[in-house]
Amino acid sequence: MILDIVKSKMVIAYAVLLAVLCFSAFNLEDNSTKGVLTVQSIILLTVPLVSLIFSTIYLYNSNEFIELLLGQPVQRKKIWISLFAGLSLSLVIAFLISGGVPLLLYAPSNLALMMILIGCLITVIFVSLACLCAMLTRDKAKGIGIAILIWLFFALLFDGLLLFILFQFADYPIEKPMIALASLSPIDLSRILMQLHMDVSAMMGYTGAIFKDFFGNTLGMSMAILLLVLWIVIPFWISLRKFKRKDL
Amino acid sequence: MIEIQHIHKNFGRLQVLKDVSLTCNKGQCIALIGPNGCGKTTLIKAILGMVVPSSGNILFNGKNIANDYLYRQNIGYMPQIGRYPENMTIGHIVEMIKHIRKSDQQPDEDLLKAFDLPSLYEKRMRTLSGGTTQKVSATLAFLFNPDVLILDEPTAGLDPLASEILKEKIISEKEKGKLILITSHLLSELDDLVTEIIFMQEGVVQFHKTTSQLMDHTGEQKIAKAIANVLKKQHSEQDN
Repeated sequence: MILDIVKSKMVIAYAVLLAVLCFSAFNLEDNSTKGVLTVQSIILLTVPLVSLIFSTIYLYNSNEFIELLLGQPVQRKKIWISLFAGLSLSLVIAFLISGGVPLLLYAPSNLALMMILIGCLITVIFVSLACLCAMLTRDKAKGIGIAILIWLFFALLFDGLLLFILFQFADYPIEKPMIALASLSPIDLSRILMQLHMDVSAMMGYTGAIFKDFFGNTLGMSMAILLLVLWIVIPFWISLRKFKRKDL
Repeated sequence: MIEIQHIHKNFGRLQVLKDVSLTCNKGQCIALIGPNGCGKTTLIKAILGMVVPSSGNILFNGKNIANDYLYRQNIGYMPQIGRYPENMTIGHIVEMIKHIRKSDQQPDEDLLKAFDLPSLYEKRMRTLSGGTTQKVSATLAFLFNPDVLILDEPTAGLDPLASEILKEKIISEKEKGKLILITSHLLSELDDLVTEIIFMQEGVVQFHKTTSQLMDHTGEQKIAKAIANVLKKQHSEQDN
């Protein structure tokens, strides 16, 4: 199964695209810090988009394959988990090769390791969300539509929403609720985590500033990572429950 | 062997199976027939656990199949339209299924050889014609000597030579005392195969009879004519 995914031209194309983006980010800038920033936005925008859309399409296309396996003595749970694992693994490998290698080559530091970890987590999170999309509707076009909406929401809309709330309630002490709110978006959480490791405080968004306090220490950081892991577990768990009852 | 007890299934508002109860035993070769969309495939998929019934139980060898999966070790299933991962070759698929089944006994490779599939092992599934895909499906269904064979439109799309090979294989398996469940629209093909007939219409089992009973009843020698006879009678009863 993994073989099938890895062989798919889409994953190879994704790896090449990511590698070109990352290498050019480092080579075009004389300053590696600027390159790291570019790579950061790649991790926050391109990686989720590709993981989500590719996985959704792949899951819909493997419907017949699932059917074939269901005729065999295999547990339903196992089929779904191995699909998820196969997708995650191949996309993570693609990310490690094309995103991880340039990061380690041009900017070897704690930050680079952190970014690689977050990149992997983001990949798996969006594969898990793709599983959920694929279970929400039988219609492939609808499913992909939902996937694109999810990406738009987390990548663009959510930050705007957060800012809007911040300005509206600027007179109140809303730091703590903001922490809770930010954890509702895996992309925001990752952005905060990465920027806390950067020296460029100027690049800190309004959301980020509040979190320096909270996420700056080890406890906060491990909590953030735990939240990211929850973002993997919960959507996948819901999709697994749905899959067990699904008619094929 | 397979006992179906009061199965209901609806997809949304559409009722596909209405209170279906059947018993199928070893050594029988059962034809499941009925017009398009009468619920044949849904019933088969319910037996395989692919469709979860809205209510009712299915027992396999006396055990409820809900939340069980090991019973499928004893079933070989040939789907109506088999679609496979496009990037995999025939060889990969066969190897993968063998790996999944982990069966100790020697696989039954008669069909594999009869269809001359090993010479196509390197071909990717995407490049295969519909008939060749059907051959792969048939081979996989028979590969592990299952006690129960469920064949959904087995000869559709096969050339006459291949469908003859498949038919002979079905007969030889039947003689080994296996339970065989076939759906087909080509009633003429079933004549020398089946021992029992289940006729479904709009999700309801109209009758479940042995072929000899049916023929005595209608006075016909061919299954196709006997069924037509029954349908005509029904029509005239409805009209009155």
